[in-house]
Amino acid sequence: MTNEEIRAFIERAIAENEVMLFMKGTPTEPRCGFSARSASMLNTLSVQYAALDILPDPRIKQELVEVSGWPTTPQLFVKGELIGGCDIMTEMYESGELAQTLGVEMPADEQADLGQPDPTQGPISLENRLG
Amino acid sequence: MPSTEELQQRIESAIPGARAQVEDLTGGGDHFRAEVVAERFAGLSRIEQHKLVYAVFGEEVGHEIHALSIATSTPDLNTTSEATR
Repeated sequence: MTNEEIRAFIERAIAENEVMLFMKGTPTEPRCGFSARSASMLNTLSVQYAALDILPDPRIKQELVEVSGWPTTPQLFVKGELIGGCDIMTEMYESGELAQTLGVEMPADEQADLGQPDPTQGPISLENRLG
Repeated sequence: MPSTEELQQRIESAIPGARAQVEDLTGGGDHFRAEVVAERFAGLSRIEQHKLVYAVFGEEVGHEIHALSIATSTPDLNTTSEATR
């Protein structure tokens, strides 16, 4: 796969998935604490989202940074727009702004444990398509 | 390996009028947290504010600086953009 193809894939993933998370590892097996926390917030809010593991090829990260202008992962996109990384997501989660942006209700127990992914909200894994 | 003082100075000299507090989260010199207060942030979205701070370090973020956690605010508000933990 060429760099151009990887970039086109990333751009398509952002365009085609209303909620798109680029992360290290997968929502069920995150490989970084910030990525784990970001996926957990989305799981807690029960939104459908697509997740892409950037680790299988270092060029995924390189191209993503070029596309978004944001240097670190995770990165969350909603409706094609970069929302931010774990810090901004956390801030927005705590204020209720993230739920609002995603068009969902904040769960009644908003102090819900962020560590437990909900297996019924299976994220769409895109990583295999990059193999 | 960058020090917290070095990061603080670089942020303050790159963003006019900024006051930065930098913390080494792990003691390992590669996971940092920066709280930055600057007039320059006024009127910018959170993502634009954070991008200004990331821009100070360019490609070092993600490499020498493995992780840089950021909280930004303007001096008027007298609160950080993130809830105190």
